[in-house]
Amino acid sequence: MSDEQMDTTAPAQVPAEQLHGCPVVYSRGQKVLLVPREAYVKTVKALLDESFEVCVDITAVDYLLMPNREVGAGVAPERFEVVVNLLSLENRDRIRIRVQVPEENAEIDSLFDIHPGAEALEREVFDMFGIRFNDHPDLTRILMPEDWDGHPLRKDYATARIPVQFKGSPS
Amino acid sequence: MSTIEERPVFAAGTNEGDQEMTSRSGQTAKELLREVGAVLRMSEAEAAALADVQEDPDEDQTMIINMGPQHPSTHGVLRLMLELQGETVLRCKPIIGYLHTGMEKTGEELSYMQGGTNVTRMDYASPLNNELVFSMAVEKLLGIDGDIPERAKWMRMLLSEMNRMSSHLLFLATNGMDIGAVSMMLYGFREREEVLRFFQKVTGLRMNHNFIRPGGLAADLPPGWRDDVLEILEMLPTRLDEYEVLLTGQPIFRERLQGVGVITTKEALALGATGPILRSTGVAWDLRRDMPYLNYDQVEFDVIIGTYGDAYDRYSIRFNEIRESIRIVHQILEKMPSGDYRIQDKKVTPPPRARIDESMEALIHHFKIFTEGFKVPEGEVYVSIESPRGEIGCYIVSDGSSNPYRMRIRPPSFVNIQTLPHMMRGGLVADAVAVISSVDPVLGEVDR
Repeated sequence: MSDEQMDTTAPAQVPAEQLHGCPVVYSRGQKVLLVPREAYVKTVKALLDESFEVCVDITAVDYLLMPNREVGAGVAPERFEVVVNLLSLENRDRIRIRVQVPEENAEIDSLFDIHPGAEALEREVFDMFGIRFNDHPDLTRILMPEDWDGHPLRKDYATARIPVQFKGSPS
Repeated sequence: MSTIEERPVFAAGTNEGDQEMTSRSGQTAKELLREVGAVLRMSEAEAAALADVQEDPDEDQTMIINMGPQHPSTHGVLRLMLELQGETVLRCKPIIGYLHTGMEKTGEELSYMQGGTNVTRMDYASPLNNELVFSMAVEKLLGIDGDIPERAKWMRMLLSEMNRMSSHLLFLATNGMDIGAVSMMLYGFREREEVLRFFQKVTGLRMNHNFIRPGGLAADLPPGWRDDVLEILEMLPTRLDEYEVLLTGQPIFRERLQGVGVITTKEALALGATGPILRSTGVAWDLRRDMPYLNYDQVEFDVIIGTYGDAYDRYSIRFNEIRESIRIVHQILEKMPSGDYRIQDKKVTPPPRARIDESMEALIHHFKIFTEGFKVPEGEVYVSIESPRGEIGCYIVSDGSSNPYRMRIRPPSFVNIQTLPHMMRGGLVADAVAVISSVDPVLGEVDR
């Protein structure tokens, strides 16, 4: 706990960079915006108006095995993280948005109304991680079969666990 | 725990058939508007106007069919459901996932050293670009992206551009075949084979090379490589001129493509389309020029753009990008420096073969790198480059071990394929073939 207190006092001297009310951190020189889940769609909309007109990528990470990781800027880590990459053609600039999504309530608003291209990408995140996107027009599995059980890219999804039954095997 | 009873049959909450196209009567007005493209950041008035204009018939006048297989990439792996009225396509829904093999999950099991073998199999028509973006992401995580030797950078550019040629030649071949110019398929594959033969000489394999690796490349260019490249560079322009006569100069071919599968700039941007699809609408966006990586800021080339956003524009953009690649490779040949082809960092580079025979330490070092791999500091990074199909990106999260915690490839084809319904709307079913072909999807990358 004392370490965390140290961390919270440290940025007081150097004011943390903010964008649309969300803290900005840098990862290997790349600009990352840590957005709370409630402000997610609002922030993406504000960035769209700021010429970030292409939603390049939406993906997620399951941080189940890294529970005490450091998100930065005092943001509390959750199990899932939705990662959105935006691109501005005008300014030749990129920005990455990371949203913490808790395990017990794994859902987030859809970007579909702002970026229609998010449709397939959000379906893929839903398929692979089981994160539900509210107001998504067609939230079904996209890569796995419809009747598949589980979400393969979750860290607690064991690989190669399907029993293979060979035809005519003695047992 | 009572929720278990209330839940649908499957954990995901979807039922058999949910991925398929729903019948017209089962759709709400909003869903229908979405499928015909009315939600593309239009104002409500515009969307309403579109809804008025369409004279969509009743359900009993339309027919839902499965399209294909026609394009080589759709043989059993891309399923397109079309709703037809007569010969007019009303709606289209691509159903994918038939080639899904969990490569992103596999990527978490492989070390950074082995990762290249995995990503190279995603977009099998341009494997070297996949390896390049993966290697660049790992290098950025390691913090050695500024120390890559010059020769390694130019070699990577050479291979990347040669790969762009072979990929676009494959496009010309399949596009020609889809339109009915079957001889073009033979010619396109013939020329592509010349490029692949060069790859075989350099990397040992025609495809899936695992040649570009974190830190540099697997080996130096073989003796005589310059002559091989020059041979291809001399052969290709005359062959391209022949194709101009065979395809571009042929009225039937032009008729089949011009005005077919039109997409607007607004739609392309809203759908996140990149590469030739975005450029065909008149947006001069090429990561090689606009966000240069490697040494692309030191070579001169033009970004080819179209005007109408139709299938013909996409064809000619790819056609002329081969010529631009030839131009770039000529400059690479001039500027190729001598020097090391990989970074001499003990952490990521195995020792030279000769040292292994002499030194026990070198042997241990070699063994460690190839069995355990190297550790990458904690962090996350997104790197993207221009692949022949658009922006290919690699997002890696490292937890400090020698395997990526999460390895995500942003596949250009996966996003581009979303433009199909908008391109096909209102077109003829015969044109559907031309439209699929002009998007140039590689299903290995779509499904991963």
